Amino acid sequence: MAITREEVLHVARLARLALSSDEADRMREQLGDILAYIRQLDRLDTSGVVPTSHAVETGTPYRDDSVHPFGEKEEILKNAPDREDDFFRVPRIIED
Amino acid sequence: MEFEAVIGLEVHAQLATESKIFCACSTGFGAPPNENTCPVCTGMPGVLPVLNRKAVEFAIRTAVATSCRVQSRSVFARKNYFYPDLPKAYQISQYELPLAVSGHIDIERNGTTRRIGITRIHLEEDAGKLVHAGAFAGAQTSLADLNRCSVPLMEIVSEPDIRTPEEGGAYLRRLRDILVYLEVCDGNMEEGSFRCDANVSVRPRGQTEFGTKAELKNMNSFRNVEKALEHEIRRQIEVIEDGGAVVQETRLWDADAGVTVPMRGKEEAHDYRYFPDPDLLPLHIDEAWVEELRKTIPELPGEKIARLASRYGIPRYDAELLSSSRLLADFFEASAAAFGGNPKVTANECIQWKEAIVAGRLSPETIAHVVEDRETGTISATASKTLVEAAIGTGKPVRQIRDEKGLTQISDAGALEAIADKVIAGNPKEVESYRAGKTGLLSFFVGQIMKETRGKANPRMVQEVLKAKLG
Amino acid sequence: MAAIPVHEWTLLDAARAVREREVSSRELTRALLERIDRMNPRINAYITILPEQAMREAAARDEELAAGGARGPLHGVPVALKDIFCTKGIRTTCGSRILHDFDPPYDATVTGKIREAGAVLLGKQNMDEFAMGSSTETSWFGPARNPWATDRIPGGSSGGTAAAVAAGTCFAGVGTDTGGSIRQPASLCGVVGVKPTYGRVSRYGMIAFASSLDQGGPIARTVPDAAAVLGVIAGHDRRDSTSVDVPVPDYLAATGRSVKGMRVGLPREYFAGGLDASVRTAVEKALGALVSLGAEGVEISLPHTEYALSTYYIIGPAEASSNLARYDGVRYGYRTEGAKGLIEMMSRTRGEGFGAEVKRRIMIGTYALSAGYYEAYYGKAQKVRTLLRRDFQEAFAGVDVILTPTAPTPAFRIGEKVDDPLTMYLSDIYTIPCNLAGIPGISVPCGMSPDGLPIGAQLLGRHFDEEAILAAAAAIEREIPLPRVAPEEG
Repeated sequence: MAITREEVLHVARLARLALSSDEADRMREQLGDILAYIRQLDRLDTSGVVPTSHAVETGTPYRDDSVHPFGEKEEILKNAPDREDDFFRVPRIIED
Repeated sequence: MEFEAVIGLEVHAQLATESKIFCACSTGFGAPPNENTCPVCTGMPGVLPVLNRKAVEFAIRTAVATSCRVQSRSVFARKNYFYPDLPKAYQISQYELPLAVSGHIDIERNGTTRRIGITRIHLEEDAGKLVHAGAFAGAQTSLADLNRCSVPLMEIVSEPDIRTPEEGGAYLRRLRDILVYLEVCDGNMEEGSFRCDANVSVRPRGQTEFGTKAELKNMNSFRNVEKALEHEIRRQIEVIEDGGAVVQETRLWDADAGVTVPMRGKEEAHDYRYFPDPDLLPLHIDEAWVEELRKTIPELPGEKIARLASRYGIPRYDAELLSSSRLLADFFEASAAAFGGNPKVTANECIQWKEAIVAGRLSPETIAHVVEDRETGTISATASKTLVEAAIGTGKPVRQIRDEKGLTQISDAGALEAIADKVIAGNPKEVESYRAGKTGLLSFFVGQIMKETRGKANPRMVQEVLKAKLG
Repeated sequence: MAAIPVHEWTLLDAARAVREREVSSRELTRALLERIDRMNPRINAYITILPEQAMREAAARDEELAAGGARGPLHGVPVALKDIFCTKGIRTTCGSRILHDFDPPYDATVTGKIREAGAVLLGKQNMDEFAMGSSTETSWFGPARNPWATDRIPGGSSGGTAAAVAAGTCFAGVGTDTGGSIRQPASLCGVVGVKPTYGRVSRYGMIAFASSLDQGGPIARTVPDAAAVLGVIAGHDRRDSTSVDVPVPDYLAATGRSVKGMRVGLPREYFAGGLDASVRTAVEKALGALVSLGAEGVEISLPHTEYALSTYYIIGPAEASSNLARYDGVRYGYRTEGAKGLIEMMSRTRGEGFGAEVKRRIMIGTYALSAGYYEAYYGKAQKVRTLLRRDFQEAFAGVDVILTPTAPTPAFRIGEKVDDPLTMYLSDIYTIPCNLAGIPGISVPCGMSPDGLPIGAQLLGRHFDEEAILAAAAAIEREIPLPRVAPEEG
């Protein structure tokens, strides 16, 4: 099942994955093989079959509307690759 | 060629829960950056969402109040995209199976009722805030504050039934009032707890197919929504009349310039890759729960306005003003009952003192007593204003203040006649001039009596007594 | 027991010895830390080792005992966790460069339960990156190696945990299983691994790969050991909405149950021609063991088995592509240097931070969910999943447990399949259907290949019937005793 290089680059952009030219080529080949294998599912007649969208379907678990502050802001920020005071800092989006 | 506009409005209402929709952080406003956060709402590796029951209740009540059908099974879905204010890189929302569908809101315009359909209502989580900052390490930067992440939102989508900007404004205002009545949202557009995006297209009158629509964003007040719609409709008509075609795009309202401008950098439509969120079970809502919540729905704005107008014989416009808040409407009814006289007078009084009433600084009895005293002539109109202000300031019963300040008018005919006689007797020259034709001197006599009574005489009665005596 | 070296003791024996003050937690912990020191350079089972902290914990456990208290069934026993469970204050990497220095702000529920039971944490164990793999070759920290033959894979993705247990460097570990990642490495390393029913063990703090398939479970040297650990980590958790509120039975007691009269299903699709001869022989021996104890073998069919791999390789990557999107360099983990704009920063961070297999699966998953493809791939896979679940439901109407091989072959050589994804994926054909159906599964050693490599048999059970598969596995274990610690020269 052929997947084009354009499709590979499009999917990579959707997934925010920078791929080198070699990686993109290899990806195209490997994905092509995998997707071809997966198309075997087309052979199955699934008309009328209800999809399993959830592994468990029993009742809806809830929590009460009460506040329990986590209370450790520094724990939330401690892994930040870049921060300014208590903000996470990132490069701005460049309009292209 | 005549055109008609086709407008659909999409509202995001922030739900007035104490805690967030999927974690126990506070939804409180104005906290320092990243204060109201936890591993769950900041998307740490390994965390999982747990649904806030109150958010579901609020959505069910909203659905009932807008005649929607609550779905017995609805599903949370992930809306996937990358942005620094979206910690999981997906927003938990609802897609194919929303909580409620197929409702409507009726709006009354110029004596006619227009029904605006509601396509769907669903629950989702809010994103954080990204502010632009200065340069660092060779790049312009932005700063992410995740406090608002996971605050519960209810999305309400209207059918494209709206035809004019005014209808759009009326729909929004009515929807907001309903949400405030239900106490599910504080309905504040300027603060962002009630947000509106619009889909606008035009088509030649009589055509059934829709024209190409543009999405409008960044309108932060009802008035701005109406202005933006007005402008956009005109713009699209001009484009078409100039031989062009309307482009399907997202446009931002620029309130200062009074125009809509295309949003930059959005050429590729987002592919959100929605799929059911495997971390949350399907939402099952049974009839019994819906019925239980139906009982908690108060009289809604539309019904209240109609009822107040008909029951109290007040103009519809006044009924609308009184119904702008449940508290005000309830206050009016309590006050009218306590007074027992002409409700129109009570209505005017309540409208005049709206702010203080809504702020909880007056009691229905206060207004009832003031209105009664004024109607019986016990106090003057001026005194009534003074008394209400004093009641606001001191919280004392208004008749007590009236007596303390000695604001009771002298309305006793006998007493006034005696004083009038005195004044007439003491000013023979003026009496002669008056009887000779200088009727303007009446105010002189009124003034004298007022002086004698230190302003306490009922001016209307004084005039009557004087006229009778002077001839 | 004095004749058996400490590192070869079972977990239950160690727990009893500590409880009865025959040995201190410090002694046990020190012994295992020394063994880790000796073995880890060869097998690379651990990403993080915690010598000081472990000794401190052991000392504290000893003091508590002296004062007359014991926290729980694992009091003072040194164990370890796959590096996928968040441990506050202790680096948790998921075997990935993108989390190579991540310090979680909280503990996973499983971490908490292990601690509440009184265990001592020796360290965090190696794994395929983000649990995506069947050989532990995709770890950014280097491959783990099978202690039975260090040129061979230990299996994956919980290869580090299985290798660590088989090398006698911990009394048990907790791994995770999404398509076989506990059972397959257990089989390849000659130890016991349990994937519980979906919803049995809390996923809170267990870094997600495929949310509807992931489950945490024990890897230990004996079935009773595994049962004891399962009893500790199982249970409802309000922080995990997919966690099921079902009482936790006495799993340890279940291991002593008789299998007389148990109907053992043998799915013909799992024993087709082409199955490795030594695997077939070993699994037949396991069946023989059960039958000799009064169980009955019943041939059954799971007709949609051949579609399980494809179904898994759509659903798993689809969910993973979404679960791994949060690794964008904004709040934690690796961030690329020198990016000029946001999109470049995110794309290069993820391009550099993720390995090839993870990127491959993110691509497959993104593609399967993308506009125009959803129904053909993800939608279709969800329907086939229903058919696979039905296969098991229908089968369990006539049998109590199902017996199959765990892995198609014994351990293959490191490097043999890592560049051929499809071939690698085929390692999981026997284990994957169980995750799709959400039913519990266990692998128990039942033989050795002519090369001296371990072979395991898999038992599958009904939802929340871990007791039946534990009973059957324990019976096999008693009838077919096999060495559970690899010889050091391996």
